[in-house]
Amino acid sequence: MADNDPAGSEPTRAPTVICDDLDVVYRVISKGSGGTAAASLRSLFKGQGRGRVYKSVHAVRGVSFVSREGDAIALIGRNGSGKSTLLRAIAGLLPAESGHVFTSGRPSLLGVHAVLMQNLPGDQNILLGCMAMGMTRDEAVARRDWIIDFADLGEFIEMPMSTYSSGMAARLRFAIAASISHEILMIDEALATGDAEFRRRSERRIKELRNEAGTVFLVSHSLGVVRTTCNRAIWLEKGAVVMDGEANEVVDAYQVKYDPETEAQDRTVKAAMARKTRQTREAAAAAAAPRAQAPAAKAPAPAPAPAPAPAPAPKAQQ
Amino acid sequence: MTAAEPESGPVPGGEDLRALAEASGLRSSGIRQPVPEYLAELWTRRDFIVAMATSRNSAQYSDTILGRLWQVLAPILNAIVYFFIFGILLQTNKGIENYIAFLMCGVFTFTYTQRAVTEGAKSIANNRGLIRAIQFPRAVLPVAVIVQEVQQQVVSMSVLCVIVLLSGEPLTWTWVLVLPAMALQTLFNTGLCMLIARWTAASRDVTQLIPFVITTWRYLSGVMFSIEVFTEGLPSWVREALYLNPATAYIEMVRDALMVSHDVPTRLWVYGAVWAVVGIVGGFFTFYRAEESYARG
Repeated sequence: MADNDPAGSEPTRAPTVICDDLDVVYRVISKGSGGTAAASLRSLFKGQGRGRVYKSVHAVRGVSFVSREGDAIALIGRNGSGKSTLLRAIAGLLPAESGHVFTSGRPSLLGVHAVLMQNLPGDQNILLGCMAMGMTRDEAVARRDWIIDFADLGEFIEMPMSTYSSGMAARLRFAIAASISHEILMIDEALATGDAEFRRRSERRIKELRNEAGTVFLVSHSLGVVRTTCNRAIWLEKGAVVMDGEANEVVDAYQVKYDPETEAQDRTVKAAMARKTRQTREAAAAAAAPRAQAPAAKAPAPAPAPAPAPAPAPKAQQ
Repeated sequence: MTAAEPESGPVPGGEDLRALAEASGLRSSGIRQPVPEYLAELWTRRDFIVAMATSRNSAQYSDTILGRLWQVLAPILNAIVYFFIFGILLQTNKGIENYIAFLMCGVFTFTYTQRAVTEGAKSIANNRGLIRAIQFPRAVLPVAVIVQEVQQQVVSMSVLCVIVLLSGEPLTWTWVLVLPAMALQTLFNTGLCMLIARWTAASRDVTQLIPFVITTWRYLSGVMFSIEVFTEGLPSWVREALYLNPATAYIEMVRDALMVSHDVPTRLWVYGAVWAVVGIVGGFFTFYRAEESYARG
């Protein structure tokens, strides 16, 4: 798609993130030590000590890539493929087991949900969220009206967050995080929620941020969003890169493997769009995006019950 | 056509990428800053720290009818319970002239340090989501706990002053000394809070031990009995050992400030000051050295 192309595709654009043979390993206390008190004691004395109690999850394996200014990169893959973990490692939030991540400036992971307090009204949470991202109180107050407008929650902005629907909370979170431009912005599943109108608005905002800032990383199961907002995609499986390249090509290949049905639909949509002029193509993209997303959203987990969780810690690997 | 490197997929030579990073002036992500920069960034986050402490304090009572009135009621109820148990049931008041003032100074001061421990224990564990989402000096979290507790303690100490006055102590110039006593205790508490935050972040088992340690500590700190009276007839090192307890020092300092009827050896002020420095420095460095690890677990 024409608007996927960044400002200039010459390869000399400055690198923003360099990921060099990165491995990330989680260590978690195994649930196996549950059971009765006697069982816990037994396992402690059987000399199965720490090695048994701690389990490690190798979530990212040997990932290398270079992102450059103006890139919008989607990370795609099934639940538990290491997408969110990779984002966190790039943001410097998770330590690397081996390998390195180099960044220009400080990456911001769009995810202020943790600081938002359920008992506090929306407008107070806006201030709190802004300050969590590093603003001073004055800056946060100055940004508040823009966020209230963008989130468009009406009188709910004065109600405690506990009264919000999940969609409303997601809108507020996105509005807070998208209120300032970031040099490197990372978005984890934020577009999966919200109604069609809000989704279009947030896609537009991401494009703005991409122009203002440098690089956008997006984790999404919504392949339609990936096609319309990203110029590049990295397909991860079991923590390793399967494919890295132009967004449409990678999504096509991904769909051939996991969702042939939607892939065929997308192909006809694309063929239809190719016949039109650039202007009408943009209009068609806006209209077709929500339609294409509906089946695509289910794509990543077709066989078992579709798991909606973003799955930060993959569980199926060891 | 895009910025995708030709060698996408499996690992290209690590040296090339590292060289490219150096040539483009990129920095390694997630590396702990040196102490001066770390402290400077902590300072730039002061608005966030205060906002977090204040909102937690108001969120804590937001679903009650009495609201923040509980900030005053809670210490009063606490005082009544302690007086009932130790003043009336157990009669641990022997040798103490004004037992109500004595006991209340002990309870209110010890509670401050106790809350620094119990809340500090939750500061990392309860904010894992925040830690995994946003990059900031992690010391923000224990410091926000302390700011929150300072807000509460100012209310509690005001209640204490009223109780002490009502118990018959005269208002003298030494009451001003409550401020340095509280300041020193706050420094110590900050360090302690960071220490506990690191330990509990590393092992949840520590969290399980905290209630027992706190109870033992409270009984050793002379909250409800006089160490001076208790150690009469015992070798003098027993009393000195008990005085070395930082909680004892801060409790006695507050009693020294507010009570005419209670004598406190001056060296306890020195102990309190030394503990404050040891606490804040030791606690900060202990916490800081594990900075990168808090996102795990």
